[in-house]
Amino acid sequence: MATDPRHRSPRPGFVLNVDRQTPPLLFHHGDNFRLEKLPADRTRVIYPAEPLPGLPDPEESIRQALLNPIDDDPLPELLTPGMKLTIAFDDLSLPLPSMRKPDIRQRIIEQVLDMAAAAGVDDVHLIAALALHRRMTEDELRHALGDRVYDAFAPQGALYNHDAEDPDGMVELGHTRHDEAVTMNKRAAESDLLVYVNLNIVSMDGGWKSTATGLSGYSGIKHHHNVKTMRESKSFMDRHSSELHHSNWRQGEVIKNHGPRIFQIETTINNNTFGYDGALSLLQKREWEWTAKDRITFMGMKKGLDLMPAAQRRQIFNGWKAPYELTSVQAGNVESVHEVTLENCFKQHLVPVEGQTDVLAFGLPYICPYNVNSVMNPILVMCLGLGYFFNMYRGKPLVREGGVLIMSHPTPWEFHPVHHPSYIDFFEQLLAETTDPIELEQKYEKQFAEDEWYIHLYRNSYAYHGVHPFYMWYWGSHALEWLGKVIIVGGDPRAVRRLGFQPASTMQDALEMASDTVGSSPSITYMHNPPILMADVT
Amino acid sequence: MSKLARQLGLPRVPPMLRPSRYLRAAEFPLRAPSTPKGVAPLPRERTTGANFDTDWARTKPARMARAAIVDGPMRLAVAGLASPDRKGQDRLLDLDGPVIFAANHHSHLDTPLLLTSIPEPWRHKIIVGAAADYFFGTRVTGAISALAIGAIPIERTKVGRKSADLAADLIHDGWSLLIYPEGGRSPDGWGQPFRGGAAYLAARTGVPVVPVHVAGTGRILRKGRNLPRPSHTTVTFGRAIMPTDDENATRFAARIEREVAALADETTTDWYSARQRAHATDSPELTGPAAGAWRRAWALGDRSRRARRRSRRWPEI
Repeated sequence: MATDPRHRSPRPGFVLNVDRQTPPLLFHHGDNFRLEKLPADRTRVIYPAEPLPGLPDPEESIRQALLNPIDDDPLPELLTPGMKLTIAFDDLSLPLPSMRKPDIRQRIIEQVLDMAAAAGVDDVHLIAALALHRRMTEDELRHALGDRVYDAFAPQGALYNHDAEDPDGMVELGHTRHDEAVTMNKRAAESDLLVYVNLNIVSMDGGWKSTATGLSGYSGIKHHHNVKTMRESKSFMDRHSSELHHSNWRQGEVIKNHGPRIFQIETTINNNTFGYDGALSLLQKREWEWTAKDRITFMGMKKGLDLMPAAQRRQIFNGWKAPYELTSVQAGNVESVHEVTLENCFKQHLVPVEGQTDVLAFGLPYICPYNVNSVMNPILVMCLGLGYFFNMYRGKPLVREGGVLIMSHPTPWEFHPVHHPSYIDFFEQLLAETTDPIELEQKYEKQFAEDEWYIHLYRNSYAYHGVHPFYMWYWGSHALEWLGKVIIVGGDPRAVRRLGFQPASTMQDALEMASDTVGSSPSITYMHNPPILMADVT
Repeated sequence: MSKLARQLGLPRVPPMLRPSRYLRAAEFPLRAPSTPKGVAPLPRERTTGANFDTDWARTKPARMARAAIVDGPMRLAVAGLASPDRKGQDRLLDLDGPVIFAANHHSHLDTPLLLTSIPEPWRHKIIVGAAADYFFGTRVTGAISALAIGAIPIERTKVGRKSADLAADLIHDGWSLLIYPEGGRSPDGWGQPFRGGAAYLAARTGVPVVPVHVAGTGRILRKGRNLPRPSHTTVTFGRAIMPTDDENATRFAARIEREVAALADETTTDWYSARQRAHATDSPELTGPAAGAWRRAWALGDRSRRARRRSRRWPEI
């Protein structure tokens, strides 16, 4: 899979039926890996597509997108000297892992600013649209936007993180027909033009979700970040079947009528997560295509990782910057742009799969959207597995209702005290009492969301908002309701049990435990992810 | 018999066995022809200046030696003397193939600084346009320049096609070119008007020009000084530009100068306000104010960010 598409046409994703000749399969296991032999004749493996070729001239493609937008006027025509211009951009949760410099946001924002400079626009603010995520550090902002943009705006206070708890910095734009409040960053709402720079790594991102969620606060976000919405989103990766997106689109209507004029810029990237060469490139290859060099590299890497302390492993993986390439860029009207973005996203990710399975297995990597430069705590393990990976489907879930999910991850009882303070209390106090998302939502969400200390840490430190661990739990609520059992292989048994799941030492043990729920000879599907794939289940 | 031979007591060599006898006796064609009287001899072709042969400096052994020099002692010396801050290298990432780097010129240190700042894949396949009359004045300086920095001779005192043909041929062969369109080092710290060489070569060869601004090398080793004084420098790479269809070499040279001036503005202020001034063709000119020498020197102080920083009031009130 690591064949450089510059030299060869990339192969689409495909489904492999495992037989006796199939070599052991690679599972991501946090900041390590496992090789697992899966039962022959009843297991299938879904492999992601090889990376699509990147655009040959990204700068020119961006320029053309800005000059020839979809259902909107060219950007230079929207820029006038005395105007108030705000540029909002996706935060550090995208892409995953962070990409090599220059980041796509930098490329786009420099061109937008160059056009603004040509028009003589003086009043420009740049806002990291992070909703209730943690603030980005200076280094992270510099990485995303480049030194030129940072040095030009940050010292003047014109480049900053969105603050959803600033009483003077938020406005309410109105209510949807479902009585959902729509709130927005005041500066963005009062601008003559809001340019939103998006980076779509999966089909969930972008569209009205960018502004309706990214620049909103708790009072707006709670209308779609709740158990009911998430359970009715089947899946939230499929915008047209996602209640999460329907709610955001309703809020978008309010923004359209009462908010600023928005010029949306959306981008997609390819699957080149681990590169075409180098030690990690084998993670993009199918196992039977590993060369002798790949095998030696893997053995050396595995041995080294086994011997390393966890903190060092984390440091190494967090240092990896993916060589993603831009596959499309489109700008203009929010809804029209997003439809094109989705098409481009699906071109890379969709893999047709026939029928559901009794047991779904996958290995969870070291990173999810909420632990960039941080620790993957047990709640995030749950969110990544039952939230993101489980929902990587279109049509119907890969696993049948009442089926078993087996995940591979070390799941350490470990938290980043600066980034995830409310997670610690959520895990140690609330999950000890119940794992039922509805009960958690009704009894504790408001208390955590309005906790003064968590709000202080969110605003002044680098902490996720107090309510954020609830949202992580809700993210997996559709899967929790759907599945008969969840097993984590190789996880810390205490932490796994606290999550309400079952720990297993080996994959064989996990399959044995699954047989209690799905019988002795269940069908198994292994989703070989990442690089990212999305199952189009028929 | 020589005095030394006599002192050593060596036997006398008979005239028959002396080599000089035969050398003197040799005639043309064993000996060089003499010029008849009344005939003007052909002028001897110079092997220095623009005629200096630098082909050998692009052979594999010479390139390996140069790579060792650039990445070894030259990099160390630049780091020690110039503490360079390198900006804008990301603007080169989408470029493919040879390019022409056009930079302003303050000091002999500019070339080592740029050679150690220009990223791969250009760094080790680059030639430097160097003044034929200065760097290639003797065979020794020419050889050192060609080997250490990959210099090729560029005529700056007279118009000749030889330099341009050589540079164009090498660009066609995949070599990138580092050239200083000002034609020489700044005499007073301000820039000089850009000449058309880089623009002409870009139009002729179809390769893009990357404007580069170098700041601070004049403080270290300005023209007229022999000993360097360590200081900080900044190298800023701009976006590659190509001549448009309706742009001749003179106009394109002026545009390259404006781009370098915008980079200079970006170095001393910030990127966005520099872009605003660049679009309004209001970037401060590289050549400085058209005024007397002292006013130019006075104005030069304003271009240094450090010089503009206000000293803190003391005691704090």
